[in-house]
Amino acid sequence: MVRRPLVILSAVVAVAACAGCAHLGVAPWERDILARKEMLLDAYPVEAALDEHIYFSKEASSGGRAFGGGGCGCN
Amino acid sequence: MLVLLALFAGDALAAEPLLDLDRVRGRVVVVDFWASWCTPCRRSIPWLNEMQAKYADRGLVIIGVNVDKSRGDAEQFLAAVPARFEIVYDPDGRLPAKFGVAAMPSSYVFDRSGKVVARHLGFQNARRAEYEKVLRELLHADGQSRAGLQ
Repeated sequence: MVRRPLVILSAVVAVAACAGCAHLGVAPWERDILARKEMLLDAYPVEAALDEHIYFSKEASSGGRAFGGGGCGCN
Repeated sequence: MLVLLALFAGDALAAEPLLDLDRVRGRVVVVDFWASWCTPCRRSIPWLNEMQAKYADRGLVIIGVNVDKSRGDAEQFLAAVPARFEIVYDPDGRLPAKFGVAAMPSSYVFDRSGKVVARHLGFQNARRAEYEKVLRELLHADGQSRAGLQ
């Protein structure tokens, strides 16, 4: 009788361990909200340009937001 | 147990009220999963229209399953890219979960006996001829075997 909570607890842990990671991520057909423009890292080009300007003025760094450009300040 | 599971899965698919495939048994069926936010769907839907127009009289049925959460998004998309085939709306994603859709768009091709014989992930313009060949062969081959039976 004393062991009962332990059994229940271990059952809960076992179920969580088995099923806990089964639903991670977003299914391919559920991406509509993620596909919206406002979900982009740089959804608004003006805002991105202002950020870029601040980095350039204060840190003398630019680029590095995409594949091209290094942000080394050597432009 | 596995057999039971398989039977159950088959029954579950057959008994799905959103998509009644019994109604189109005996025809070659393409079930195409699409959404308004899916860019390749802008190309696949006109292609499906073309296939429908070309092969409907030979027994091809195309059913589009829309998985948009909002019906308005789907309608806006259809206003720009009209679909000339039946559309089933599944905002809760019950059908794609059942089919195990792995990419958008995805299409499943059923032969005349109702068995899935092909699955296309995504839609590539370069593979149009290949997709069409699958349909043509099914329409043709099944037509022949049926003729042989009669």
